[in-house]
This record gives sequence, structure tokens and C-alpha cells, in this order.
Amino acid sequence: MVIFAILAPLTVAGGLAAVMLRNTVHCALAVAVAFAGLALLFLQLNAQFAGFAQILVYVGAVAILVVFAILLTRSSETPATGVFSKTWLTGLVIAAAVFAVLAWAVLGSRTALPHEQIEPQIAVAQIGYALMGRYVLPLEIVAVLLTASMIGAVIVAMYEKGGAK
Amino acid sequence: MTNMLDQVFVLLKHRIVGLVPMPVQPILGAVLSVVAILAVFPGLFAISVLLERKGLGRMQNRIGPNRVGPLGVLQPVADGIKALIKEDLVPYSADHVVHFLAPVVLVVVVFMGYAVLPMGRNMTFVPMDAGLLFYFAMGASAELSIFMAGWSSRNKYSLLGAMRAVAQMISYEVPLLLSSVVIVMMTGSLSLDKIVEVQNQYTWGLPHWFVFTPMGFAAFVMFAIAATAETNRSPFDLPEGESELVAGYFTEYSGFKFAEFFLGEYVAMLSISGLGATLFLGGWSAPLEILNVVPSWFWFFAKIMVWICFYIWMRGTFPRLRQDQLMNFAWKFVLPMTLLNLLVAGLWRFMGEGWLRWVVCSAILLAAYVLGGRIGMRSKKFGPRSYRYAE
Amino acid sequence: MLGEGLLKGLGETARNFAGSFVSKERLTTVQYPEEREPLPEASRAFPFLVYDGADWEAGLRCVACQICEKECPPKCIYIEKSKDKKPDYVGKPQIYPAKFDIDISVCMSCQICVEVCPFEAIKMDNQFELATDDRFGGLLYDRKELARSNEYYHKIHPTEAAEVDARLAEEKAKAEEKAKAVAAAAAAKAAPAMAAKPAEGAQPQ
Repeated sequence: MVIFAILAPLTVAGGLAAVMLRNTVHCALAVAVAFAGLALLFLQLNAQFAGFAQILVYVGAVAILVVFAILLTRSSETPATGVFSKTWLTGLVIAAAVFAVLAWAVLGSRTALPHEQIEPQIAVAQIGYALMGRYVLPLEIVAVLLTASMIGAVIVAMYEKGGAK
Repeated sequence: MTNMLDQVFVLLKHRIVGLVPMPVQPILGAVLSVVAILAVFPGLFAISVLLERKGLGRMQNRIGPNRVGPLGVLQPVADGIKALIKEDLVPYSADHVVHFLAPVVLVVVVFMGYAVLPMGRNMTFVPMDAGLLFYFAMGASAELSIFMAGWSSRNKYSLLGAMRAVAQMISYEVPLLLSSVVIVMMTGSLSLDKIVEVQNQYTWGLPHWFVFTPMGFAAFVMFAIAATAETNRSPFDLPEGESELVAGYFTEYSGFKFAEFFLGEYVAMLSISGLGATLFLGGWSAPLEILNVVPSWFWFFAKIMVWICFYIWMRGTFPRLRQDQLMNFAWKFVLPMTLLNLLVAGLWRFMGEGWLRWVVCSAILLAAYVLGGRIGMRSKKFGPRSYRYAE
Repeated sequence: MLGEGLLKGLGETARNFAGSFVSKERLTTVQYPEEREPLPEASRAFPFLVYDGADWEAGLRCVACQICEKECPPKCIYIEKSKDKKPDYVGKPQIYPAKFDIDISVCMSCQICVEVCPFEAIKMDNQFELATDDRFGGLLYDRKELARSNEYYHKIHPTEAAEVDARLAEEKAKAEEKAKAVAAAAAAKAAPAMAAKPAEGAQPQ
């Protein structure tokens, strides 16, 4: 409980900082903090695989790609007016809608779960079996999607190279 | 007696922990392990720096440092004192908070990796179910600190170095992970302790190390290449190429913070060597069955140091790659090879016992290597350099 | 085949590594403060003032003509002329430097002062270990610190010094001859202006 009391504010603060800070790179770093906090929350819930995957994928790759994109697209100088979008109202509505869906799902699942806690045993192996068994179809669909996006990226890169010649 | 020596550190820890009341025991145990790691690996860092300077000197027919202490063995101490008493300069326009945090994050993250490495029989700090994943998660976080260092310095060399470092580390992390996945496929576990246990068996006195199987060997080579790139070591030291970028992402660091980066880099080297030794060279298991009388931790550290010596050897030999060569090599050669290696590992598993699988797997990998190398060399993607203006 | 060159390179460095322990001639490093290689004769660092005879103050060849002071690119030479005169090497009374300072922290060892000196009075030393903990006074050499005997000059640059000595001796002989001739002529006719230029003949080359 003490750990949760430390981690939860950290994660929330990271998330808030990500939208409130003026410097875009600082925002990206704050996102990384939020990701890390989330990963630690997963770990606290004994979900090792999810926690480490969160760090590996989000802190190690997604946050890096975000900062990379910021650096490559425009200068990282602090904009005078902050980074607030003009269409913030739309954003707020979408965010509220997503939050509502999530809250509904969480509140709905509460009754469905058994009350006594079950400690997950050998979580990684179970995830592996689940992915290869019950969830093999979604996995394959995701794989096809990723392959398609990768081929798209390759084609974009090839096209640019051809155009440069 | 042998057993005693093998478990000397474990027993010592238990003895010390036993002295305090029950509720404090887990905390004290954790503190002791952390202190041990924090003492041993910076020590090894000092030794490897000295080895590097002496070894590189010898490769270039120089003597190397020989002034401080007998044969120069106290050189790292002198370097450390120098780094500590130097002024800590922060550029005026630097982002002070991020500039301060970057080396701290790097050192913390790098040391976290040691938590899961089995350094001897029963000598894993946190025997974790998903140890390998934990290690890679920590390794991936190091990239962020390098980016932080480069960006916060407000220096074009730092930023260029950081960009190079991040691009390189992302590119080589893929083959690094995929080559380790082969081992996970062969053992069916992400736990590093389990991986060592599987390798700690002997046939005719010879160990079952994964490096002695076709795809294990291929994965070992790929892993070594990717690990060198991941730790920004020569010949993949573009992020800190002295001749181009001063010192790359830590150009603007001085004094103790510079020492932290230096420490972080070498400790990362040591730790990735430890991971490589654990995955492919049997971790703490002895190279011959009769050598099991020597304590297990000795073998682990010996393997790390051999790996470090190889790093030094490579640094003394190879010239630095160009950025496009680096990327071509990662994406067009190492990555396809690791993917093929995954396929071969699956094949190995389903072909069952016997000599046939040895022949088939070796043949596939060798053919792919020769073919891929030839194609790559012909299209000048890698291989011998050609100079358009010199010559 | 891919990787062939890498292995060859690794072999090369390994051979050097092992060889450096076996054969001594591979290690060309000289352990400097303990071991020294003899300096080549042409080596030069900073200028010094030559004097003849035993007494440095009396024997200084410098006549405070201030050519070197004017020619010095970084302006590291400072000369004050004396009020009185003393005889130079040909015996003619000359001004001598009351003060002759060289700031070797400014000196760039260009040797222009040596080239322009008509009196062979300033030469290049090969002393290079001049480090000091006093960066203002310690690197500003006055004429006493700059004065070196002609024997010392012979020791560090023997060939050059021999040439200089020969030239000076020749000039001295010529000057004496001329003085004699002048003395003989003076007996007949008063013409002192012609012999008053020994400096012209003494310029190197």
C-alpha cells in the first residue's frame, strides 16, 4: 500500500507533466516517467511480464521514438505560448469518452472477478500458452497488421530513395 | 571443502543476516547484496580500464601507463581522484535538471541489470522468472539517459552524438533481443538461473553450452556484435567518435559526472558480457567437468574478463564504421541472420535427437552467412571500403 | 568471404601484442625523464646571449643595437642601452645592454633574432626543460640568466659555433689590418670615416 501511495502520484504527476509542460522534450521525458511508473505498478501487482514489457517497449522504444520524432521534425526550442492545441475542446471530449469507456469496463469487471485473490503462478509461461492457444487469432491479426505497416514503411523509404536519384 | 569455497559468499551473507532480528533480515540481505554489487563491479571497471590501456598500448607497440604504482597498476586510482577533484561545470544554457539527471539515470539503470545475473551457484540477487526480460528492459532505459545527456547539454556535438547513439542502440537492440530469443526457445524459460542450469550438464566431460550448437554459435556471434554496438564500443563507437564529435553525448560533462558516464559505459560492458556469458557460455558452469572444483563464481568472473579482453582486442583492431555502414549492417545482415537463426532453432527443436539436425542446421546457417556476406560485399553495403577521392 | 579481413586484422594486432613482450626493438618509447636520447645538433629552443672570456658581463658580444628587439615578431625582447661604453671583440668601444630581457613565455622560437644579429651575439639554446611554478618572473630571463659562454655554444652546436668563430676571427684580423692601414693612412691623411663600419662586414652571409 505504501508503494502504491508512492507510485500512483508519480505516475499521475508524470502524465500531468506531459500535458502541462511547455518544452516538448520535457513532455516526452515526463511521458517516459509516467510509463515507468505504470510499469512499476504492474510489477507491484505481480505482473512481471507486463511490467517489463511496458518498460522495454514504452520506455525503451516508444519514448525514444517520440523524442527522436520531436528532434527530427522541428527544433526543440521552447515555444513561447506553450504546446496547447487549439482544438483542446475536441481533445477533452475524446479523452472523457475514452475514460468513460474504461471506467465502465473496470466497474463492470469488478463483479465478474472472484473476491479471493489468486496469485498468478509462472505468469510468463501462462501468457505464452494463452497467446498461442486462446488468443492466437488476435495475435495473428496483430502480426499481419504489423507486417503490413512494416512493408508500408519499407515502400515509403524505397520511394524516397528512388525519387532522390 | 570445495562446496564451502563455492558457496563462501552465500554462507557469509547468511551468517551476517542471521545476526539481526527477524523482521530486518530481508532488508539487510538486500542491502548486503547491493553493496557487494556496488563494490565488485566498479572494482572490475578499474581493472578493465587498466587492462584496456595497457593492452591497447601493447597492440600499438607502446608500454602503456607505467608511472603510478608498480607497473602502473594504480593508474585507475589516480584517474578516479582526478575526476573527483575536478570542477563540475554545467553549461550556462544547459537544461540543468535533465543535465544532472542523465548520468544518475544511466548509472542506476546499468547497475539494475546486475540484479538478475547469476554470478555463481545460488548467487543471483533477485532470481526472477522473467529475468532476461528485466535485463533488456533496463538496457532499453539506458538509451533514454543518453538522449537526456545529449539533448540537455545544448551542444551540437552532444546532440549529434545522442542522435547517433539512440539510432544505433534502437537498431542493434532488435538483433540483441532476437539472438537471445534463440536461447529462450532452447531452454523454454526467461529465467537466467534456469538457462544456466540447462547448460550446467556434461557429456564426456564437456559442457552443454549453447555456443557449441550451430544456432547457438550463430546467435553468439550476432549477440556479440549487437552487444558491442549496444555499449557503444569500438568499432561501433560513432556516438562518441572523438575525431568527429569531441566526446559525443557527454562532451559537456566534466568532473564526477563525466566519471559517472565512464563508469556507466564500462559497467554496461561488464554487465552485457555477463549476460552473454550466461546465455551462451554457460554462466557460472565450469568449462570442463573436472574443473568443477574451482568455485562457480570464479568461472563467471573469468568469462566476463575474457569477454572484456576481446572487446579491448577489437578496439585495438577495427576502424570505426560509417553511419550508413552501421545501419546497413544492422538491418540488412545481422537482423535477417537472427531471424533465420530463429527459424533454425525451431527446426532444431522439431528434428529430434541425432546427427542429422547438426548437419542440416549448420549447413543452413553457413550457406546463409556465405551468401548474405557475398551479396552484401558485392553491393558494397559492407565489406572492404572503397574510397572515391583518396587512391 | 565476409569477416576474413576482420580475422586478419585481429591476427595482426595479436601479433603486435605478443611481439611487444618478446622483442625489445618493437617498443620504441623512450622513458623520458630517466632515459634521454641525445638531442640532434640542430635542435633549438630559446635564444641566449654569447659572451667571450671568463667574465660574462665584460664578454657579452651584444652591443645593444636593438635590431633583434625591433625584428622580434612577438616582441618578447626588451633592451636598455647603457650610458657608458666598453670595448667589443675587435677592441672598439661600444655601448652594451644595461638591460636585456627575454620573456620566453612569449618567445616563439622563430630564430629571427639570431638571423638579424650583426654581432653573432644571440644564439639558440637547446635547453627545453624550463618549466617553473612562477609564471611571471620565472619565465622572464634577464641578461645574467641569458648569458652563456662561447664554450657552451661550442658544446651544443659545434659545427655552427666553429663557423661563427672562424668568421669572427677573420673579421678581427681584417679589422686589425684595416686599423693598421687606417693608422698608416691617418699619418698621411685624416680619413677616419671609412674604417668606422666593421659591422657591415660582420653580417652573416
